[in-house]
Amino acid sequence: MTRRPTRAAMAVAAAAALVAAGTAACSGGDDDGKITLSVGLFGDFGFGPLYEEYSELHPEIEFEERIAEFADHHTNLTTHLATGSGAADIEAVEVGYISQYTAQPDRFHDLLDLGAGDLEGQWLDWKWQQALSADGESLIGLGTDVGGMAMCYRRDLFEAAGLPVERDEVSALWAGSWDDYVAVGHQYSEATGGDYFFESSGNMFRAMVEQAEQGVYDREDNLVVESNPAIGEAWDLTVEAIEAGMSNRLQAWTPEWNAGFSEGTFATIICPAWMTSYIETNAPDAAGLWDIATVPGGAGNMGGSHLVLPAQGEHAEEAYEFLEWLTAPEQQLKVFESTGNFPSTPELYEDPALTDMSKAYFNDAPVGQIFTDAAQAVEPQYQGPLQGDVLATIGQGLGRIEDGSQSAEEAWSQVVGDLESF
Amino acid sequence: MTVTAKGAARPSPAGLWRYRLDLKASPYLYIAPFFALFAVFGLFPLAFTAWVSTHEWSLLSDEHVFVGLGNYQALLTDPYFWNALANTISILLLATVPQLFAALLLAHLLTMRLRGQTFWRMGMLLPNVASVVAVAVIFSQLFGRDFGLVNWVLESLGAGRIDWQAGTASSHIAIAVMVAWKWTGYNALIYLAAMQAVPKEVYEAAHLDGASRLQQLFQVTVPMIRPTVVFTVIVSTIYGLQIFAEPQLFAGGGANGVTGGASRQFQTLTLYLYEHGFNRGFQFGYASAVAWTMFAVIVLVALLNYVFIRRIRSAS
Repeated sequence: MTRRPTRAAMAVAAAAALVAAGTAACSGGDDDGKITLSVGLFGDFGFGPLYEEYSELHPEIEFEERIAEFADHHTNLTTHLATGSGAADIEAVEVGYISQYTAQPDRFHDLLDLGAGDLEGQWLDWKWQQALSADGESLIGLGTDVGGMAMCYRRDLFEAAGLPVERDEVSALWAGSWDDYVAVGHQYSEATGGDYFFESSGNMFRAMVEQAEQGVYDREDNLVVESNPAIGEAWDLTVEAIEAGMSNRLQAWTPEWNAGFSEGTFATIICPAWMTSYIETNAPDAAGLWDIATVPGGAGNMGGSHLVLPAQGEHAEEAYEFLEWLTAPEQQLKVFESTGNFPSTPELYEDPALTDMSKAYFNDAPVGQIFTDAAQAVEPQYQGPLQGDVLATIGQGLGRIEDGSQSAEEAWSQVVGDLESF
Repeated sequence: MTVTAKGAARPSPAGLWRYRLDLKASPYLYIAPFFALFAVFGLFPLAFTAWVSTHEWSLLSDEHVFVGLGNYQALLTDPYFWNALANTISILLLATVPQLFAALLLAHLLTMRLRGQTFWRMGMLLPNVASVVAVAVIFSQLFGRDFGLVNWVLESLGAGRIDWQAGTASSHIAIAVMVAWKWTGYNALIYLAAMQAVPKEVYEAAHLDGASRLQQLFQVTVPMIRPTVVFTVIVSTIYGLQIFAEPQLFAGGGANGVTGGASRQFQTLTLYLYEHGFNRGFQFGYASAVAWTMFAVIVLVALLNYVFIRRIRSAS
């Protein structure tokens, strides 16, 4: 009998504690008049110092950054949009996924309503267009970086293989086309007795496709993987490179891929601006060994992101105000300085602060100039709704040739079959 | 109780009624919370999943078209589904059979007189405490193609390197090792608990008859703890048929993490469900059909196991 009241009291206390915890969690962020903006990213966008700077300008705003893995980030975002809860106030969307979201503009705050209409001239035309809904009536995101492509290479490995080392000479090696690049690859393999020329065939294939006038979709969102000759050519050349043993067979973003950088197991990698920071992070000891040349086959964009405001976010105005500030040229320049993510605002392309920049890690390569040239030369390519998934499916086909489980023909027919289910 | 003990004052009719009600209804009230929770978080989702599985139901659209058994039909004619089923069963066998034998042997060793008995017994449980994700990440590194420890050892022993991920058999073995590492100790402890309930006299009799330690294990212990063996087999089967994190992380993320390798060489049923439910299209209808089919498969395999284990008993 005596124990009963104690138990009851404990139960009540426990229940009270739960309720208290629940309410505390719900009201989190808004007490004492402060607003916490959550920012959902895939990887480090280099925003850390900018949050602090903004909070100094606007003491009522605080930030909470959530970082997820690339594919998971987009999957989560789609789920959160569909279920109407769980998304951050500000979310990053990579270019391969942007069309999937512009197809459902009502799930986002329309930035034109929030005041973005006057800013159109600030971004590269195509960067702006990519975030417009199909009817052009609403804008779901503002551009952060673009991925004009270059080619990073290891000076020491090139030298050992008897190839030129200086970046102009290296650029000249494959100035003609991707065929020249593969020819250099043959040379490299012979000289080194079969060392790997590049890290993954999927990236090489993707680079070629991004450079083409038309990618995997036509403007009516029909898949044109089979009918687009550019894709067939890219596939064949990639298969040639695989069969010659040039690929390190690393899958991007895996631990093995990361290790490949630090161990120096491959000689070249396609380098959109954002790749430079991955190389630096993954191979801190290789400073001075890497350098940057131009990419074969002309200009093209690979990657780059937009920041969007999901409609379920409650602080639309505050979030928009921050977004506008964050994507303004001054801030994009700061991001470039700290991470290498290249600005999408052409105003900076004339600015010596950008164009004169070089990176000691890449043997003092003039990254500002290289990526400015690359970004200005980009001819925008239409991105269809499942762009990212389509390229991943084709990349898996190449992976099956790489690991020897299928012939090129088998892999291609499976790719075609898989794409039919899209 | 006080009433009957005193036996003096007769209870009022109202008191009696309340007493009876207490006696009849209270037990149900005590167990009700579990069933209420089960109904909300178990039964309802189960039924709702069945309902969703009869629709073309995408998370991206608000229109849900009734298609009857269409999803099941599409599922059963999809070669990738059968591939996933075969992979799952292969990984299940590779993981569970050696695991349970090892657990049995370990438990047998633990029944012997050892110094620091508690230490060894607790040690058994340690791998099980580690999170699945941590286990999968670390083992994926160990089984890495270029810089993995396993390949390094193989190479220094003069054997060739293995691309663990690329091959069907090699990837299944790698995943089975992760599962076995996590669950062997757990099962060993369960066996140990059961073994301690076996009367000592039986062993003494067996010993007098000249049975060796190993013979005692398989002729005496195993038949005596048969219900426990049935339990572990069924629990391992249920777990094994739902393996998800291990293959997902083994692939290293990206598209291969969803399809279980570029050739779907280690895509399990749960990964197959995930591929359709939480990737392109977010086809919840189809994914629900996969879930129910998995449920049927698990019940079927558990029943088969049960029958199989029973036969072992009657044979001995």
